[in-house]
Formats: sequence, C-alpha cells, structure tokens
Amino acid sequence: MRPEAIEAMLPFLSERFANPSGAHRFARDARRAVDDAREEFAALVGAEPGDIIFTSGGTESDNLAIFGLGSAEGVPVCSAVEHHAVLDPVEALGGRVVGVDRNGAIDPAELRRVLHEGPVRVVSLMVVNNETGVISDLVALAKVVRTSAPDAVLHTDAVQAFCWTDIAEACAVVDSFSLSAHKFGGPKGVGALVVRPGVALTARQLGGGQERERRSGTQNVPGIVAMVTAARLAAEDRVADIDRVGKLRDQLLDGLLAALPGSVETAGADRSQRAAGIAHLCIPGVESEALLFLLERGQVSASAASSCASGALQSSHVLGAMGVESELARGSLRLSLGWSSTQTDVDEALAVIPPAVERLQQFGI
Amino acid sequence: MMQVMVAMSGGVDSSVAAAMLRDEGHEIVGVTLKLWGGESDSGCCSVSDVDDARRVAQQLDIDHLVFNFSEDFDRDVVEPYVADHARGITPNPCIECNRHLKFDRLMARADALGFDMVATGHHAQIVRSSSGLPRLTRGADFAKDQSYVLHMLTAPQLERIMLPIGGLTKDEVRERATQLGLRTAGKPDSQDVCFISHTGGGRRVFLGNRIEMHPARLIDETGTQLGSVDAVELMTIGQRRGLGIGIDGRPRYALDVDVPNRTVLVGAPEGLDVSGELLNSFTWVDESARSETLASTTVSAQASAHGESLAISELRETDAGLELIWESPTRRVAPGQSIVLYDNDLVVGGGLVSRR
Repeated sequence: MRPEAIEAMLPFLSERFANPSGAHRFARDARRAVDDAREEFAALVGAEPGDIIFTSGGTESDNLAIFGLGSAEGVPVCSAVEHHAVLDPVEALGGRVVGVDRNGAIDPAELRRVLHEGPVRVVSLMVVNNETGVISDLVALAKVVRTSAPDAVLHTDAVQAFCWTDIAEACAVVDSFSLSAHKFGGPKGVGALVVRPGVALTARQLGGGQERERRSGTQNVPGIVAMVTAARLAAEDRVADIDRVGKLRDQLLDGLLAALPGSVETAGADRSQRAAGIAHLCIPGVESEALLFLLERGQVSASAASSCASGALQSSHVLGAMGVESELARGSLRLSLGWSSTQTDVDEALAVIPPAVERLQQFGI
Repeated sequence: MMQVMVAMSGGVDSSVAAAMLRDEGHEIVGVTLKLWGGESDSGCCSVSDVDDARRVAQQLDIDHLVFNFSEDFDRDVVEPYVADHARGITPNPCIECNRHLKFDRLMARADALGFDMVATGHHAQIVRSSSGLPRLTRGADFAKDQSYVLHMLTAPQLERIMLPIGGLTKDEVRERATQLGLRTAGKPDSQDVCFISHTGGGRRVFLGNRIEMHPARLIDETGTQLGSVDAVELMTIGQRRGLGIGIDGRPRYALDVDVPNRTVLVGAPEGLDVSGELLNSFTWVDESARSETLASTTVSAQASAHGESLAISELRETDAGLELIWESPTRRVAPGQSIVLYDNDLVVGGGLVSRR
C-alpha cells in the first residue's frame, strides 16, 4: 500500500470510527468523508459522484455488473480472457464467450459474430488483461457492440487498468466499469462499480440500501478513504510511472529473452498495447510451479497463473484462449512491476531467473 | 542436517512425519499434491485436506507448497484404472499413484529443486541388509503396515526416502500429534480410492460415467446360465457379494470374468484355488535381491495390503513373466492386483498378477 493511503485510513479506525448512515454528528463526520471520497473518486475516473457504487472489490463489482446490468432480454457475453470474476458469472447465466487472437486481442469480427448469435443483455470486455497485460481497443470494440447489440449494456473490468491507462479516457465509451483499490496502492477489500446515469442496474446485495439502493451494506469508510487517496497518487504519478516502469519492464523482458533461448513474449513482440507493469513470457522446458519455488528461494516472487481453492496453480484459461501451445504454457512466468519497483529489483531478477531456468532445463523438469 | 521435501497429505501420519523431521533439525518444506480435480468425499479437489496440511505446516512453522500433478494423476492413475476395468482387470490405484506420482514425479521435482530427500508418512521402514543395501521393511505397527503399497521402490530410491513414522504405532502417531496440538490428531484414516466419491454413487457411477457397462450372464462350469449381473466391468475374480448361494447351499464366488463374451463363471470357493500365479511388470529392489530371492527357499508372498504373507515353493523367471508356485493351493488373485515378495519382513520386489 502507498504509505499515504495507510495514513489516510487510520483515523477512521479510531477516533472517526462511526457508521456513515447514523444520525449523530460522528456519523455525519464519517458520511462527510465518504461523500468527499466519492466526489474526488468520480472526478478521477471521469464520472459523476452518483455513478459510484462502493463495493468490497473487483469480484463483487463484476458480479453485480454481470448479474444486474441491463434491462434487455438476453444473456451476458464476455471475452475468453476475462478474469474469473466475469467469466464465471457469464457462464453461470448461460452466456456466450468471444475468442481472442494469438496475441490476446479480442477480434472485433469475432465479437460481432457472437453478438449476432442471439439477444444480449450485457457485454463485458476487459481493459487490461491481468495475466498478459494486453490492453483492449475499447473504442473499436464499443462500436461493434453499439451497432450489433444496441440494447446491451457495455461493461468493462478495469481492475488491472488504473495504473497503466487513463481510466477516464479508456472508460469513456462504456456504460459501466469495475475497479479494485489494492491494484493501485490501496487496501484489499474495497473497490467500486461505476455505472453511468440512466443505465439499468438491479441490486444483488439487499439490505440497508446504503449505496443508493444499488448495493447494501455499511460502507467500508477507512477502505474508501484510503482507496481514493491511493487513486489520487496513482493518477498523479501515472504518466511518469508508465515511462519509468515501462523501461524497467523492457529491460527485464529483453534481458530474460536474451538469456533464455527459446523463450517468447506471450502476447507478441509489440509492447505498445500492453500495460507497463506486466512482463509475461513462456519458457520452454521448465514447469512454472518448479520455477516459482527456485525464484522464491532467490527472493524473486513471481506468478504463473491463477490458483484454485487448494492453492494449486491451474493451467491458465487466458493462455488457453490465446492458443499458446501447452508445452510453452507449462513454462509461463508473469513478473509484475509497480510504482515501488526499482532498478535493483530488475537487476536481481535478471541475476536469479536465468540460472534457475537452466537448472530446471538440465533436470528436464 | 538435510533438505527434505515432506509429502503432506493432510492426514495425521504425514503431519507427524513432518514434525519429527523438523525436530531432528532438518530443513524441511511440506508439499501437498493436488492429484484429482473432480469430486471427492473430502470436498472439491480435496481442499479440506490441503487446508489441513497447510495449517499443520503453519503450526510447525515450515513452508508449505501445493503442487498440481492432476494431469499426471489422470494419465498415470485414473485413465489406466478405468481402462483396466473395461477389460476385466482389477487395478490398485494407490500402488500406481505411489509408483508414478509420489516416487517418480515428486522425487524428480525434489531433485530438480535441490532437496536431498523425500519423506512421506507411510507405515514402513527402511533398513540395511546384512550386506549394507537399503531395504524396505514392515512398519512397527503391523496392522497399519504399508510396505505392500511401497513395494515398487528400488534401492536407489530407498537411499533418498525417509519414512519417519515407520517405527511408531498408529496410537503413538496420534499421541504425538495430540501433544503437538496438530489439528489432524484425530482425523480418521483414509480408506477408499481417493478419486471416487461414495456420496456420488461410488465405483459404479464413476466408471459408468466413463465407460459403457455391459450386462453379463452368470454361468457354471457346464456353461449353464444361473443368473445375470448388470455390469461385467464391476466384477472381480474372487468376488462373493451379489452372487447368492449355490444349489449345494454354499456361497458362490466369481471364478472367472470374461468381458468380451460377457460371462462370469461362478462356483464354490475351491474353484478359486490355484497352484500359482504369473506376475508381470515385476520390480526387484535391486539385482542382489533378485538373485538371492530366486535362490532362496524362505521367500513368502502377500497378495493384498493387509493380507497374510504365504509361503511359496518356487519362483521361475520365464518369457511370460515371473512364475510363482504356492506351497499349497491358494485362492486366485484378481488380475491387476499386486503380489509382493518378502524375505522375512524385507520387501524384495513385487509385480502385477497377469490374466491367465
């Protein structure tokens, strides 16, 4: 977390610990903090304060969107590389899935074809992919949705995008988007669903009606305050961070590709349409699970794919959708960089990863 | 001090094995294998067992990892299990899991990751023979002995395996777990095939979802039909259940299962008695175990996990496999089951019973 965000939330865990829905002055103080946060957050993401629904994070926001958005008859549609927070609700509702190309990009022609297969209530297409960092061309995709499914609501999962794109600009073409605080230096357990005025939304979590009847539950005041503080800082630093972190990412990727024969950039060589903070590559002749263990011993914490409830790595549905050969996908490696990453981190990673890979390749594992 | 990878299933035995190695001062990492992705009685992909293993590792303050070997498990254990039933063979999936997963795949990974040893919570012990060679022997708790399901371990593998609880009885294991406050102390032993859910209909439903089941005629030695069963693939040689009583008033047993012709030969238990068995895919612990056993007269054989070890009068290596002659006629063992040879209590090797 950004230290300023930690600092910002602390008073709301102690002397300003009141329920914003209460009737006394302490409650009004907490209410004021939430209203201030809502207004600032709205400005940061290019929305009106009334559009912001504070939630417990990205998964809740995406579920609320997929289950609740839109009034048209029809099913949800999403891309095959969505986070499970979107994919699973879409599948649970009998929705349809749009394929991607070898570089992870959603193909507009394929999107059009799937939209024409039958009535659609809501379409969800992510801004930045959480595994590969691929940035979608939402402007082009939105045009397809507006012409092929004019009654459908267009939602985007922008959880991974906050640090790497201008959210207000990227999301200008959509009706709704999800955000999660811990992806930009805020705490876990807080996020938002942003829904444009006039877009139909049916609540899923019923109760006190705190978020204008669209989401019930006492607001996470410290979380909301910290999230907005983190959002402010991330937005201020964005341009400089993208430049600085992008250079570190390039160094890291170029160094690894040079040191590891046969390794490939998973989403292709063109990095211009990829988030600066994600380096994803596939290394032949190794198993990610074994590699992560050796990297951890070398003080490099990386990931490969998502984990299931048991904590075991699962084969990545994203790489599967991209058609990455299973032999290569077995050796996938995702290295994340962020506002706190340094040159030393990259140097250390470049010192630790190649020998670990060579060792595993020697053992044929 | 060694670097030891401890396979932790989430049960009490491997929990205590990890604790003992930690207390001996080894540098240990606990590993739980995710083997089965489908339904099971301990929850989806056995999450509750993984939770138990992780929690025990936290209590012991050791690192814990989960390795996803589910593809290997499907290929090397589940698919052959299903294919064997389809041709009337009765496999032992726990043995195949030990052979392919725990002591092949996991050991290879432990090697690559720089571990000196792999440890498990099996009730068996590793000792030295008079000539200094490593040998697997029975666990101190004879009732819980698992040397039978570990018979495929070769001498080079035994050099790299630790079985810390082999010298304890089950009660002692539970006592230690209780003293350490481990949440697995009172956990019941696992009993059945881990990938088959009993609440989900058991073996019949599991196999029925994967292969076509065929009704079969029950016949006697003269070929006369006595009745029928609805799935020949679920019949096992030696089976008594569901076959009723013969005209002589004695229970009937499955004497032979013929899947292609959809017949099960049934009869009185003497019909199961055979003079010997032919074993395939035989693994000797090492060459010296092989040569000494073939020359020995004191070797006995065990045909089930906790069965009696019976005397044999002769062992012959033939082109068809290893031929074993019992000292006195003995009930036939179903093809696909393992027979393990013991020299006193030392495992010298084992193999799969072939079809006649």
